[in-house]
Amino acid sequence: MTILRPLFYLALLAFIIAAPFLAPDFKTQLATLWVFIILAMTWDMTGGQMGYNSLGNILFFGAGMYIAAIVTIAIAYDVGEYTNAFGGGVYKFTNTQYFVGMGLGLLLAGLLSAAIAWIMGYLLFQFRGPYFAIGTLGAAIAAGELVSNWEWVGGGQGIALPVYPSTDPEMNKFFFYYLFAATGVILFIFLRWLYGTRFAGAINAIRDDEEKAEAMGLHTLRYKQVTWAISAFFVGIVGGISGFQNIHFEPLETAFQTINLGIFMVVCVLLGGKGTLWGPIIGAILFHVVKEVTWNYLLGWQWVALGALIVITVVYFQDGLMGWLARVKPEWFGERVQKKPDMIAEPAE
Amino acid sequence: MKIIEVNDVSKSYGGVKANTDISIDVEKGGITGLIGPNGSGKTTLFNSIVGYHPIDKGSIKFEGNEISKLPVQSIARLGLLRTFQQTRIYGDMNCVQNMLVSLPHRKMTLREALTTNTRADHDRAEHLLDFVGLYEKRYLRSGSLSFGQQKLLEFAMALMNEPTVLLLDEPTAGINPTLINGLIERLKRANSEFGITLFIIEHNMRVIMNMADRIYCLAHGELLASGTPEEIQGDQRVVDAYLGAH
Repeated sequence: MTILRPLFYLALLAFIIAAPFLAPDFKTQLATLWVFIILAMTWDMTGGQMGYNSLGNILFFGAGMYIAAIVTIAIAYDVGEYTNAFGGGVYKFTNTQYFVGMGLGLLLAGLLSAAIAWIMGYLLFQFRGPYFAIGTLGAAIAAGELVSNWEWVGGGQGIALPVYPSTDPEMNKFFFYYLFAATGVILFIFLRWLYGTRFAGAINAIRDDEEKAEAMGLHTLRYKQVTWAISAFFVGIVGGISGFQNIHFEPLETAFQTINLGIFMVVCVLLGGKGTLWGPIIGAILFHVVKEVTWNYLLGWQWVALGALIVITVVYFQDGLMGWLARVKPEWFGERVQKKPDMIAEPAE
Repeated sequence: MKIIEVNDVSKSYGGVKANTDISIDVEKGGITGLIGPNGSGKTTLFNSIVGYHPIDKGSIKFEGNEISKLPVQSIARLGLLRTFQQTRIYGDMNCVQNMLVSLPHRKMTLREALTTNTRADHDRAEHLLDFVGLYEKRYLRSGSLSFGQQKLLEFAMALMNEPTVLLLDEPTAGINPTLINGLIERLKRANSEFGITLFIIEHNMRVIMNMADRIYCLAHGELLASGTPEEIQGDQRVVDAYLGAH
């Protein structure tokens, strides 16, 4: 078992690296799959591990997209002038400007999204259960509307970013696939470590009984803010990368897409199983496959099929795949009665 | 030395006076009991002390500092801990996880929280689970344990937290009578070996008379009597309150 585990991870890593070569026609699809996986894993940090169902994580996605784009533009040009021209003027970016802008932009997208989550958390973590969910949803919708009325960042028209500097369109696809994949792998390694710390125990305690956690002296608000901020950090980065990948994006349908991606990430987690490391990943893969299949073979009915899937999951299959497994095979998850070995047994009182 | 000083505390819910002008002292290092018929205001007093609700008037001091205006978490972080009448544990975790979460986070920085539990933490968790007799069940989901076992787990979690004072709300209610003697023994040992001051609400007279150094009796939200177990047992007012002669 101990030898199998690293082997499994090595094989998985090799597969991740080889995937765009194995399925060259699906590079963009695979990149989108990574977006789902990352968003599902970050959503599960608060929704699954901490018991706070946010419907507004898409806010960090949109924020990240705008922050990364604005930083990239600001390095070379005046942002207001650039967005005002909207495709009219000629704005050239050198390779250095493009990549430095992207690197710095993604870093700031992550950090500022985390800061936004920290502040929003201070206000919204006063609410629990459905009130928190509605509060976050409201915040995300409001953010979209605010940005779409902010002319300096392009208003309702959004922003057009420079194109990836390569004449080969395939290069562009490889680049974004690996950028998403790297973010996802780093997030997975990070969460695998985080879920083994005392901190993870504390946020699980908040999920199971927050009042008890308070009565035991846990720093509940601080832990909740930190969790959401870390989650938002990764969401912001993914939003930023998506902005560069899309080249052109606008506020309501692409950046702050509350009813699409904002809900999809929740469904992915519910499908796979809340509060587990692998659940969100498996759920994201399942969801992506179902979504693509219905889009291809049930065109016209795809939203109905997707809606039905969401309803069925929420009503009948809330624990998801991993939750169902844990119920059927609790021993696989370490549940067992274990007697004391005789040699250390103390005499009965 | 007095570790908790309650002075003239009143608390009412609408028109119901749950506590009226209550004054109680808890001695450091001792075991203090709080008794009274159902609805006499014992749990209300506990809730007032640990900050679950604001009090209408009076003062509550812990180690000499006023705490009646502090929220629950702040009071818990001072080392003043309570258990619940209806047990509260983290149902989706197993017993060991419940114990590890109960490490004193008040003594932990965020950096320390972002480390894994040490071998010593695990050993301590298992030792305390053994102490309350839950060693064999330590890897079971705690939500699947019986009420009595959950109560024992909650007690072990409280010990894991290394509190200065522990407020126990009916620790023996719902526990199998054959286990009660063992629990009394463990409570006394928690007091003598770990040096934890205990303040206990208890309905079982045999239990409380066996343990406490000093007992307070409430009735109808007022302090009826206080004294040593012998004095309380001999007090006609206490007997009347329990038999309903009031």
